[in-house]
Amino acid sequence: MQNHLEVKLGKKTDRKGPVIFSEYKRGEAIKKALSMSREDILFELKDSKLKGRGGAGFPTSTKWMLTAAAKAEKKFIICNADEGEPGTFKDRVLLMEYPELVFDGMVVGGYTIGAQLGIVYLRGEYEYLLKPLEDYLEEMRKDNLLGKNILGKEGFDFDIEIVLGSGAYVCGEETALIESLEGHRGEPRNRPPYPINTGFLGRPTSVNNIETLAAVSHIVVKGGKWFAKFGTDKSSGSKLFSVSGDCEKPGVYELPWGTKISELLEIVGAKNAKAVQIGGASGHCIPKSQFDRTLAYEDVPTGGSVMIFNENRDMLHVLKNFMEFFVDESCGQCTPCRIGNVKLLEGVEMIEKGQYTFAHINKLKELGRTMQLASKCGLGQSSPNPFISILENFKDEIFNRGNGGRNGR
Amino acid sequence: MLVVEKNALSEEIESYVEKYGNDRSALLMILHEIQKKHRHISEFAQQEVARLLNIHPVEVYSVISFFAFLNSNPKGRNLVRICQTISCDMKGKKQVVQAIERELGIKIGETTKDNKFTVEYANCLGLCDMGPAMAINDQVYVNLTPEKAVELLSKVK
Repeated sequence: MQNHLEVKLGKKTDRKGPVIFSEYKRGEAIKKALSMSREDILFELKDSKLKGRGGAGFPTSTKWMLTAAAKAEKKFIICNADEGEPGTFKDRVLLMEYPELVFDGMVVGGYTIGAQLGIVYLRGEYEYLLKPLEDYLEEMRKDNLLGKNILGKEGFDFDIEIVLGSGAYVCGEETALIESLEGHRGEPRNRPPYPINTGFLGRPTSVNNIETLAAVSHIVVKGGKWFAKFGTDKSSGSKLFSVSGDCEKPGVYELPWGTKISELLEIVGAKNAKAVQIGGASGHCIPKSQFDRTLAYEDVPTGGSVMIFNENRDMLHVLKNFMEFFVDESCGQCTPCRIGNVKLLEGVEMIEKGQYTFAHINKLKELGRTMQLASKCGLGQSSPNPFISILENFKDEIFNRGNGGRNGR
Repeated sequence: MLVVEKNALSEEIESYVEKYGNDRSALLMILHEIQKKHRHISEFAQQEVARLLNIHPVEVYSVISFFAFLNSNPKGRNLVRICQTISCDMKGKKQVVQAIERELGIKIGETTKDNKFTVEYANCLGLCDMGPAMAINDQVYVNLTPEKAVELLSKVK
């Protein structure tokens, strides 16, 4: 088995999918977009009903419309490549195998909102992609897909640069990302104001997920109506799912929104699954009894992380791993998140040792709900999710530990 | 630190400032270059960066202390990061870590006496479909077994 991850840009031929992994030629979207007016591009996006693929699901057309409408000399479009959610790696695959979709989408975005510069915030863990991607951008400059008067379009100057993050999960939050780009600690800002009018260096900025930008490239070429044909009414198009854990075929899968969890499990060859963590550590743990729920913004929304746990897994161990992650990654700026995560982890350790009272655990659940309300950014607002959902869905297993059962230790 | 070393470091940092600009927004990339070359960002380097970007040195330190991949104290010549997140954990992270600890005679988080390796945990490296995964400096290795991991380390100079 190959141990060294070979980093070479370019397609793996075995990927199939209806939208993102469908046919596309480099530069196609840029060419098409430059022949359209900005309004028409926004209308196509509106028709497509594309929502942000990072997880929050904000409509992309609205974000771009607001950024386009903001009056400023300089604007920016930022590609959020700080994919830090445990269990997600689709952005790595997109950058390695489909850089044309991502960068073309950024150029289209720059044109639509009136930005002169695009910044890719690449997570430090993906440093090995920096050089190949920079070479790729150089190729684009040679072909006039970046630079001055792109493809002969008078007055449209746009370039892309890559900035490397340095190992901070919270920088995936857009205002923390902007803070760190500006040379500060990556601590989230108060919102409002939103980046769409006060973003990078105080200028209007659109921060988009890699997958969103890749979808834009297809939408511009094939039309918003084409895109909206896939998926459900409220969740249009398809989604890339990063599947890992107990299954035969882990990897990235493109499936239309509205796919049932049980269908996905069958595709990836997951037998004996007892739980699926959807949306990474900050997502929700879905037990077997709910496998008929659908992956969609209106039912189980997700940025695409799917981690599968089979019958033999100790769910308390899983929960502990998640809570350790949040204690590590909380930026420490606001109290609910800084202290709260430590308290929740202590609670997990108490259960592990069998030194807990239900009164205390119930208090911790309440603390979790306080964190959801009182934390400043998405990290602290969502970090209690696994604590609450795992303890609730697996209470028999967890509180019967040491009882000689399969999970007794 | 010798005066010549200091001068050389100053010149080096000046070249980064030339490349990325003297605005504060260049800070992260400048720190990254220094970290990559010297494996840490010394107090002197921090002061030089601050001087050239016209900010207070403590601002530079505050950014370094925030990010997991930036550090002001030297580490071993080679940095080994093992992914500790659940997908890699389930595929046998523990066994890989134990093998490395035994082989190098250190615990995770420590540096070998000959200064060759520092071994740390990292949060999700984004290689969950190929776990267990680890990074040695800026290269990543996947589908590890305890034996393979130790073999990879033995090839490092």
